[in-house]
Amino acid sequence: MKRRDFLRTSAPFTVLPFMMNGTPLTALGNPKIMNTLSRAFVNTDHVLVLIQMNGGNDGLNTVIPVDQYSNLSKARSNIMIPISKVLVLDGVDDTGLHPAMTHMRGMFDNGKLQIVQNVGYPNPNYSHFRSTDIWNTASDSDEVLYSGWIGRYLSNEFPNFPDGFPNSDMPDPLALQVGSVVSTVCQGVSVNMGMAISNPTAYYALLTGNYTSSPSTHAGKELDYVRLVAEQSNAYGQAVKTAGEKGANKSSKYPTEGTNRLADQLKIVAQLISGGLKTRIYVVNINGFDTHANQVDATGGTENGSHATLLGWLSEAIDAFQDDLEQLGLDDRVMGMTYSEFGRRIVSNFSLGTDHGAAAPMFLFGKNVKGGIKGSNPSISSTVTVNDNLPMEFDFRSVYATLLKDWFCLEDTEVNSVMTKTHQQLDLLEDTCNTSSAQRAELRKSGNASVMNYPNPFVDQTTIRYESDGGHILIQIFNPQAQLIQTLVDDFIPEGEHEVIMDATNLAKGTYYYRYQRGSYSQTKPMIKVR
Amino acid sequence: MITETLQATRTQSGLSEYTGSWGLAEVRHLLRRTMFGAAQADITYFSQKTMSQAVDELLSVSSTAPSPPVNNYNNGRVTDPDISFGDTWVNGPDNAALYGARTNSLKAWWAGLMINQDRSILEKLTLFWHNHFSTEITVYRDPIYGYNHLAMLRANAMGNFKSLVKSVTLDPAMLNYLNGQRNTKNAPDENYARELQELFTLGKGPDSQYTEEDVRQAAKVLTGWRINRTNYTSYFLPNQHDSGDKTFSSFYGDQVINGQAGADGANELDSLLDMIFAEEEVAKYVCRRLYRWFVYYDIDSGVETDVIEPLAQIFRNANYNIKPVLEALFKSEHFFDVANRGCVIKSPIDYIMGLIRQTDIVLPDSSKLEEQYYFWQIAYQVCAGQQQNLLDPPNVSGWPAYYQIPQFHEIWVNTDTLPNRNQISDILIIAEVKYKNETMKIDAIRVAELFDNPGSPTALINDWVNYFYTLDVSSDQKEYMKSLLLSGQTKDSYWTDAWDAYQADPTNQVKRDTVRLRLMSLLKYVLNLAEHQLS
Repeated sequence: MKRRDFLRTSAPFTVLPFMMNGTPLTALGNPKIMNTLSRAFVNTDHVLVLIQMNGGNDGLNTVIPVDQYSNLSKARSNIMIPISKVLVLDGVDDTGLHPAMTHMRGMFDNGKLQIVQNVGYPNPNYSHFRSTDIWNTASDSDEVLYSGWIGRYLSNEFPNFPDGFPNSDMPDPLALQVGSVVSTVCQGVSVNMGMAISNPTAYYALLTGNYTSSPSTHAGKELDYVRLVAEQSNAYGQAVKTAGEKGANKSSKYPTEGTNRLADQLKIVAQLISGGLKTRIYVVNINGFDTHANQVDATGGTENGSHATLLGWLSEAIDAFQDDLEQLGLDDRVMGMTYSEFGRRIVSNFSLGTDHGAAAPMFLFGKNVKGGIKGSNPSISSTVTVNDNLPMEFDFRSVYATLLKDWFCLEDTEVNSVMTKTHQQLDLLEDTCNTSSAQRAELRKSGNASVMNYPNPFVDQTTIRYESDGGHILIQIFNPQAQLIQTLVDDFIPEGEHEVIMDATNLAKGTYYYRYQRGSYSQTKPMIKVR
Repeated sequence: MITETLQATRTQSGLSEYTGSWGLAEVRHLLRRTMFGAAQADITYFSQKTMSQAVDELLSVSSTAPSPPVNNYNNGRVTDPDISFGDTWVNGPDNAALYGARTNSLKAWWAGLMINQDRSILEKLTLFWHNHFSTEITVYRDPIYGYNHLAMLRANAMGNFKSLVKSVTLDPAMLNYLNGQRNTKNAPDENYARELQELFTLGKGPDSQYTEEDVRQAAKVLTGWRINRTNYTSYFLPNQHDSGDKTFSSFYGDQVINGQAGADGANELDSLLDMIFAEEEVAKYVCRRLYRWFVYYDIDSGVETDVIEPLAQIFRNANYNIKPVLEALFKSEHFFDVANRGCVIKSPIDYIMGLIRQTDIVLPDSSKLEEQYYFWQIAYQVCAGQQQNLLDPPNVSGWPAYYQIPQFHEIWVNTDTLPNRNQISDILIIAEVKYKNETMKIDAIRVAELFDNPGSPTALINDWVNYFYTLDVSSDQKEYMKSLLLSGQTKDSYWTDAWDAYQADPTNQVKRDTVRLRLMSLLKYVLNLAEHQLS
């Protein structure tokens, strides 16, 4: 066995044995790589924290339409929050927050919380699984997408990933899912762009080096050995650990560890950001919002109960996190967004709960949200029936598109390709874009490849950038059935970097492959036409 | 929970027949060690037998040779002028221009035999002998040698070890690889004579005290053997044989093998083997090799006394017939001792072939020969990428995992190969390997449907953990696994409902994808955990 250079070979994806018609998707060999060293550019240093509220949050008891109180009380009398307990928002007459959300009320009053009313999508699906997939992939209700919207965004920004990652431009995970289930949200065009700290003990093991014990047998000895190798071969493990060691929390608002699992996760996120991690996306979650029964307390008043507890945790956690960011001087760079797969039914059930519904409010938070309420209170009819649902006022994908444009500074054409369609953009954020498209184009070269394309996914056209050593270059395009449909380059090309544009206006949507051949070296990569 | 007391039990357990419980855990253990991965259909089959019946059946190997590898390569890039597509090339004619294509065909074919193995130990045992009598096809080059060599190993795998050594000695691939064909009376080549003793029969343990002079004398015995390249046999050339007497060291009792002239010189080989096989160390050495392959690499004094020595005695009493040794080993208390389970780090071949078999990947049949061979080729190439290249071990010692002190099997897993293993399972789950209109992929729904109750998250997770791991995992781990299946929801019934909805309407793509994506994420996680590397 040859001794191998640990640093060189410890990338999470070294050689993909993923083949198409006999051609390895990433060919074996040592390609000449596009230079990644010492480019001077300003990275976008914006961070987005996604808070997934699993289960379907009851929006009507979260952001309470005070002007609809009478009709709403008829529809859900057994769970209605007493009007006197509803938290009044500064400068807002007809909308209030659940009484458990005092911390977030404070954020709202300080302009750090943005409420977006009635967010959903046409033809809502009431299955948790299906609707979660729709929110994570940003698909239409009747459409199945296999990549997540964050994954597509990161594929667009880092088209070479995972070849040659980590590197000096991007030494850290592109996305981190902390204490969260692995979801499709970070699934990119060909690989998952995220690193999930998925083992319940792995995160703490990364920070502390402690693992749960193995049996004291031969098998236990070998298991320890494999675990050690697994830890060593996690290319990002050391980066995360170092950031964890360097970083620190400053806020005293965090509750005692173990009492609020969302706060615990966000505390780690703040620690990692303050430790210098360049990761752009963090995904955390809080589950339990599937409140079919006992959403409110049977005896202690409707302002108490499981939903109140969850909203209290949410509110406390977000506020402590925001306070921490401010004290750490990171609040200009970080914002957060909550989402849940659906809202709940207008009419409550007899078990002191609510069943699956449709549109619901979303929260954005941070220094750079405009603050206030976007949209109107839902209107509740006096004759609402058990099967009625709230229609959407805003498509959730409009919120995503707005974040891509105004937080991650994408061009409109890029937003459209990442979102696979054109969506309305909303006026939710202050103008903080400090990264030019030229800078982002430079960053795209990060990683190793002799060929790459952008945007990916694409709509009408995509640019294939490739490298020539002065010899013969062949670039072929294969359709999803692996048939050769186009040859873009078949010539002797001068040494250097070149680009060729592929016109895709007449192609059906699907996964295409481009194959690059330079001498004996070849590489085949997937790209997605989304519309 | 396995405790220290079992550690103590281990060194005390010996070859007495195992009489403990015979449940799924034991069936799986037996199959993991004798086949490539314990596939569900095989587990079910052997669960119906007693332990003794199961071992007997696994050791009853077919005497019918599989149909040989064929021309899968007449695809435009290379063309065989003599052999048509689909016909076998193993009977020649030789064609040096086709060595690459035929070697690929041979390696792919062997991978195919492993993937489609019958319910016997034959494939794993043949691979054992390939490692034991290591040869490299990149050295002897001719794929027809390679095929014949492999056929010889396979035919003798469960036969008589002494006969096997003789066959190997006269095998053209070996005569080429270790220069036996160049061993002449005027310029003896000691290469084979050395490895015959050092690697194939006696080893280099403390009780193996043959001398350099013994190597030289043995080389003289072996002079004169040549290869007939026309019919791929070996023959004896008397005028190249050293017909002088050969005198061996005190290790061999100062034995003299009398030189014989003419065709009778060929008989000296038998005398040499008789002399070597009279040494008790031969049986011990081979039993240690078998133990390291099938049980565990660490042989402490307890194992040596309680397992190796009695096995070697059985081997000698059986005149070096292999089967009684394996029967005693696989039926022993020691083999089934809990402390000896789950401690083998899978070799690349065990990992890949086991993965294909356990996840029940469906590959094209022989009606799509080119595609069939293509996927077999992928299988062997992935193993080669992880440092286990069929027919091309690194050198005459075989793969270091079976001799390199102190790491042994741990050598297979490093910071390069472990992520690579996970990539392979990820790609097979999430993507696919495609060739023409055929694909190679793990269908997570199919893997769930191998078990009785995939609609229950708890049952499915327990079934997969027991199926893919040798060790149980903590309840925290199982809770986490469940959260993958439930994608963060807290009620099991959501999974059950989704599963039932899919079952009721299996052609509905949305319903299918809803369960498929969650099963994929669970399966990916299960296969990526360190526990999956153990056999």
